[in-house]
Amino acid sequence: MTAATAVPSAPVVARRRGLPPALASALPPLVLVVVALLLWELAVRALEIPAFLLPAPSAIGAEFARLTPQIVEASVATGTNALLGLVISAVVAVLLAIAASGARVVDGMLAPVVVALAVVPIAAVAPVFYIMFGSSSETGRVIVVAIAVFVPVFVNALRGLRQVSPVHRELLRALNITGWRAVRTVTVPTALPFVFTGLRQASSLAVISALVSEYFGGPKTGIGSQITTAASGSNYAQAWAFVLGAIVTGLAFYLVTLALERVVSRHRPSP
Amino acid sequence: MTIIIDTPERLDTTTDAVSVDGVTRIFSARKRGAADVVALSDVSLTVHAGEFVSLIGPSGCGKSTLLRQIADLDQPDAGSVSVFGKTARRARLDQDYGIAFQQAGLLPWRTVSQNIALPLQMHRERGLDVAARVRELIELVGLGDFADRYPDQLSGGMQQRVAIARSLARNPKLLLMDEPFGALDEMTRERMQSELLRICGETGAAVVFVTHSIPEAVFLSHRVVVMSPRPGRVKEVVVMERAGAPVGSDAVRDDAAFFRGVTAVREALHDGAAAGQGVENR
Ligand SMILES: Nc1ncnc2c1ncn2[C@@H]1O[C@H](COP(=O)(O)OP(=O)(O)OP(=O)(O)O)[C@@H](O)[C@H]1O
Ligand SMILES: [Mg+2]
Repeated sequence: MTAATAVPSAPVVARRRGLPPALASALPPLVLVVVALLLWELAVRALEIPAFLLPAPSAIGAEFARLTPQIVEASVATGTNALLGLVISAVVAVLLAIAASGARVVDGMLAPVVVALAVVPIAAVAPVFYIMFGSSSETGRVIVVAIAVFVPVFVNALRGLRQVSPVHRELLRALNITGWRAVRTVTVPTALPFVFTGLRQASSLAVISALVSEYFGGPKTGIGSQITTAASGSNYAQAWAFVLGAIVTGLAFYLVTLALERVVSRHRPSP
Repeated sequence: MTIIIDTPERLDTTTDAVSVDGVTRIFSARKRGAADVVALSDVSLTVHAGEFVSLIGPSGCGKSTLLRQIADLDQPDAGSVSVFGKTARRARLDQDYGIAFQQAGLLPWRTVSQNIALPLQMHRERGLDVAARVRELIELVGLGDFADRYPDQLSGGMQQRVAIARSLARNPKLLLMDEPFGALDEMTRERMQSELLRICGETGAAVVFVTHSIPEAVFLSHRVVVMSPRPGRVKEVVVMERAGAPVGSDAVRDDAAFFRGVTAVREALHDGAAAGQGVENR
């Protein structure tokens, strides 16, 4: 609504330059990427860099095109683990943050747990989970993701829950809105942009953790397993094609959470 | 024009909308070495049912603090407050008053109509058509075209009007308003003043109204309470002579009595002629 009324002049300006605004802002980074790829290609060919050091972008691109179905499949497998871990952990983190903001005792109980979770070395616990849940199970990976994303979501949510302004506190009191109703009508809506900022920060972490956990065993379904397999088989361009797939997956998570954050932050103060 | 030093004594306190009795509120200094702030010192004030009382005084003299004692948003260190014969707390729990804060205090994630509906949703009344009531209130404050806008899409004055509509939503018998018209242009302000008087006439609501504008206080009020700062206390209560005058008619603004009222309040504020009448001046 704001955008439509507030910036009627933007398209006019862009038209004068002859470019739609979205393209105009995307163009400079695109140019940079194309130039970098060209230089890379030239360098690999001119200096005859061996493939195990760095394959040419054209070779990676060819592998990516050939293996698209497998890359998509592996990305979906890794992405599913990341998404499950992210959602489960976020729900638990938000509920615990509400409890912590409501009762000092809970806050005191959780503070050391959060510190402990923050320093858990994910790489160290992954193999333990494979022993616990069996090496054909994805459960361990989901838990690894959940541990990794808990802290940023919890910390942001708790910060958001404490942002209720004095005048809103007085409004709640004057209207005699208490307990869970107060949490629902004011506290949670106030915290929501903060929660989604936490989710955005956690989104890349979720994909990275899901991927890294695959390096320590378990079913060979995800993109991390595919990268190790390709690399150990000396298929360097193929390994890089899967790395490209991992980047796209991470980017997708980031962009979706960023869009969600933008949507919930409309009309309200955000971090 | 009568100028009285204190509130007229009334025996029947149960019909009074507000009765503030010897209220003192001291904010203790957080930092060591800094002095405590005596926001209110032995303040007494009675507001009769249906009466319009304005609080006026320099910034920081405790007007908002006094309003907050009545609303039970803050408790006095000494003295007592009763609202409709109950404790302030009981009256708050019973939702006996509507309040408009100095800052509008709208919920930014709710639209104009959702903000106005808040008190109605929280305390449902049997058989009340909430949507219709909200529409009525929106028209009342002249925001008919903005029902679905969000607060960040409104000007400060428009936000204030939403807050006023919200305070009126449940037709309370007592309205507490903290500089509600401060952010409005002169024309809207005069219209809102007349509307407020009309509403009070219809609902019989008593009003405690904080303002910095002498003409506004005189135009609206039965009595104007003039306060002085440090320590915040009631310096004078000026009774307006508006018996018989049609409440809220714009003719009042040009009335000779209106100008006499303005002069009386101004003198009370500035320690003028009233100083010789046994008023405490500290
Ligand atoms: N919560 C608080 N803690 C400490 N001091 C406070 C608090 N609230 C108010 N005060 C002090 O009490 C005094 C009166 O404040 P109050 O807000 O009632 O003034 P006011 O008359 O409403 O002023 P204004 O016209 O500027 O709104 C001020 O000196 C203020 O600093
Ligand atoms: Mg004030």
